Amino acid sequence: MRDRTWLAAGLCALVAATALSAVSRAAPRFTVKSTSVELPYDETAYPEGPGAEVMNANCASCHSASMVLLQPKLSREQWTGIVRKMRDVYRAPVADEDVPAIIDYLAKLSPR
Amino acid sequence: MDRFDAMMTAPLGRRQMLAGTAAMLAVPAGAQGLVDLRLPGGPSQRPLAGGFPGKGEMIVQRIHPPLLETPMEVFDSDVFTPNDRFFVRWHWSDFPTSVDAGAFRLAVRGRVRRPLSIGLAQLLRMPRVELAAVNQCSGNSRGLFEPRVPGAQWGHGAMGNARWTGVRLRDVLDQAGVLSDAVAVRFAGLDGATVEGAPRFEKALAIDHARDGEVMIAFAMNGEQLPLLNGFPIRLVVPGWYSTYWIKMLSDIEVLSAPDDRYWMAKAYRIPTTPGADIVPGTKDFPTVPIGRMVPRSFVTSLREGQAVPLRPTMPVGGIALGGDRSVARVELSADGGRSWQPTRLGPDHGRYSFRRWDAELPLAGPGPLTLMARCTNDAGEGQPMKAIWNPSGFMRGNVEAVSVEVRADA
Ligand code: HEC
Repeated sequence: MRDRTWLAAGLCALVAATALSAVSRAAPRFTVKSTSVELPYDETAYPEGPGAEVMNANCASCHSASMVLLQPKLSREQWTGIVRKMRDVYRAPVADEDVPAIIDYLAKLSPR
Repeated sequence: MDRFDAMMTAPLGRRQMLAGTAAMLAVPAGAQGLVDLRLPGGPSQRPLAGGFPGKGEMIVQRIHPPLLETPMEVFDSDVFTPNDRFFVRWHWSDFPTSVDAGAFRLAVRGRVRRPLSIGLAQLLRMPRVELAAVNQCSGNSRGLFEPRVPGAQWGHGAMGNARWTGVRLRDVLDQAGVLSDAVAVRFAGLDGATVEGAPRFEKALAIDHARDGEVMIAFAMNGEQLPLLNGFPIRLVVPGWYSTYWIKMLSDIEVLSAPDDRYWMAKAYRIPTTPGADIVPGTKDFPTVPIGRMVPRSFVTSLREGQAVPLRPTMPVGGIALGGDRSVARVELSADGGRSWQPTRLGPDHGRYSFRRWDAELPLAGPGPLTLMARCTNDAGEGQPMKAIWNPSGFMRGNVEAVSVEVRADA
């Protein structure tokens, strides 16, 4: 029910949003209408197993788990480099003590 | 309600339909099927699903933020890719899901005489240009690299062709008055980095490229406003160049007096300086440059890998080609592993940067397996190599691709 109410409110807002219509003398009429969308939510968690909890806590906020789970088979060294990049470049807030468990989990992933 | 709450309260039907699709642990309830991208060593299966705003059935590479790939058969129906099947690619999930067309502003700033804040109404009053152009991800077909490389594991569908309508970037820059010390122009959109201190997505072009009169700020795609997931309300169109430069939801143009030294130009989206961006796997410490122009490619789209085809005197074979940053001059077809090539008929010419349709009648000798290869040559004489290139980012694949079918007397 709560969902439906929210959706209805969203639709009203969408209809009420001002549709900008600008016509130029030189150019043919083209209208750009305000847009509002809903994105699907990804509930997929990392598969159960040692380290799954630490993965769900650290590697599922910026992107879906599929970013990890659909990778080909990578070496431990490659996974170590990826985790380093997530932390150093993309500023993933991963605690130092969680890193070994994350790398162990990743190194055990094999393509399904 | 913030975006996270909005996602949590998404209608249940859609939530159920998409939950679990990406991990490939199970066939998601409501997904329309699976596609096998034939990535060497796997994982190769991806869900096909609708449910993304403005999109029909797409290959789901990632839900959050969306990475959606166009199924190959879409390219067989038309050289223009319908907006609702056009591929989707975001780096950060922090992009707005609502854009008010009246309030939207594009800033032009930096080394200019008059900084501007341009509304859509103003853009729509400027002289218009229209151009057919292929938008292709730098990493299109990355999943086929061998040895495999990390990154989005695309098949061939991270590309699309559209008629883009908009205004010349040069006209916008001229309104602002570019100062004489300008050397580059940096572009960013409404998408921000999810975490503070992380690099928001931005790309830059050399000033002469930005002012070449072809680079465009597009507000329409195939005659309609852009789907939000393709960059509503405006995106940059850089004809002949990979889509990393085609900034979506373009909101910020900054004219620079030095080359852009931020992360997405200086560290990411770089290719080896070797011919064809090709290096030996495992090579360490090689010089790189930012990726730029596209290379010729061609695809058989009328037949699927593994398809059974009836034995007849000849078999129709067709597909699409792009010339990179030049026109398609010819497309040839081989059915003997590249020893001999037959010409194909080219379809209507929609301009240098567009997909071009090609078709041929292939004589069939008898039943059995048959491997087909297409090869495009552009009007600068640049063709497609038989051998795949390799680089650690999986960029710029352009070799001749093969499709194998089974000719059957009883098919
Ligand atoms: C702070 C945000 C953030 C967090 C947290 C995060 N990532 Fe990422 N990750 C990114 C971004 C941004 C990209 C690039 C996205 C793109 O190209 O679409 C990325 C890409 C990737 C890729 C693709 C390869 C590549 O180098 O682009 C892998 C694999 C990956 N992340 C794994 C992980 C793992 C494992 C964790 C947990 C340690 C993690 N990520 C946590 C932001 C994050």
